[in-house]
Amino acid sequence: MRVIIVGGGKTLYFLCRSFTAKGHHVSIISPDREECVQLARQLPATVIHGDGSDSGILKEAGSLDADALLAITQNDHDNLVICQLGSLKFGIPKILALANDPDNTEVFEKLGVASFSTANIVGSLIEQRAAMEQITNLLPVSDGRVIVTEILVAENSPITGRLLKDADLPGNALIAVIVRDNKPIIPSGTDHVLAGDRIVLITLPENHGPTLKMFTDETD
Amino acid sequence: MRGSRFIVVVGCGRLGSSLANQLSRAGHAVVVIDWDESTFGSLSQDFSGFRVNGDATHLAVLKESKLGKADILIATTHEDNVNVMVAQVAREIFQVPHVLARVFDPKREEVYSRLGIDTICPTTVATGMFLDAALKKPADGRENS
Repeated sequence: MRVIIVGGGKTLYFLCRSFTAKGHHVSIISPDREECVQLARQLPATVIHGDGSDSGILKEAGSLDADALLAITQNDHDNLVICQLGSLKFGIPKILALANDPDNTEVFEKLGVASFSTANIVGSLIEQRAAMEQITNLLPVSDGRVIVTEILVAENSPITGRLLKDADLPGNALIAVIVRDNKPIIPSGTDHVLAGDRIVLITLPENHGPTLKMFTDETD
Repeated sequence: MRGSRFIVVVGCGRLGSSLANQLSRAGHAVVVIDWDESTFGSLSQDFSGFRVNGDATHLAVLKESKLGKADILIATTHEDNVNVMVAQVAREIFQVPHVLARVFDPKREEVYSRLGIDTICPTTVATGMFLDAALKKPADGRENS
């Protein structure tokens, strides 16, 4: 995969290191000349010094045949414009912008740019800590794109006592196995979830948190 | 006043303050936004509009400026990307009927027009005016055949 990352700082460095280690081809665009020199020494990546919201610079970084573009600068307005350029002018299939201000995730969404907010992610990680105690196994598969979780169902959880077909699970989540009294059941819509059951769940990272909430105590 | 409009001006530099002063003098309701409070000093004594001190790329600041009720938004900051973001947010989220953005880099006008934003590029405007002045009215009357 050919990836273009626009930004700077430690996040960019470690992201790029992880991408190149997995064999992806990475081009970095940074407005800081000094940082560009450092990055070029440290990483097996193409490093371009310039403004990522300039279409000439984006083209130089290989936008015409890039598979993904990631804009993680400190300025939301730059991230937005970089991603819009990448998708409108160069037709890069996957674009992702960092929203420094969490409110902007909604704004970017409405303007057609996929985004993420570190503040939101860290916040939801902390909320998930309550659920952690019930989780007995957690396994990211397919490079972290799918999460398999084994979780103990709490007494007062929203799903306790409900039929699976009425469970109202978030989309892209699946109850794969119910283990009751050490006996695994491959469930159908007419099975119940009971307190004390162990559930093997399959989720995508984006709805992992909301799905776990279905199995934890509502009163927490 | 008849034909009075509610206009939000983003950026209170030379262009922004000059626009705000003239629009206010013409009887329009004006809100000026700038993150640097000291720029409001360039508003004239008789400026009767509101000043909002904050970063216009933050939704909360635009809400405080009552952008949802505005007839026109003009983005005049010295950063192209700020102007383009604010213009899009004004149109798509606050449904402002008329949105204008200043853009410095003429190369970018094409992409911005694809995003449906009306832009004015001072360089392009000035180039046109200079060309007109230089070529269409030969000052000393010498004719080129």
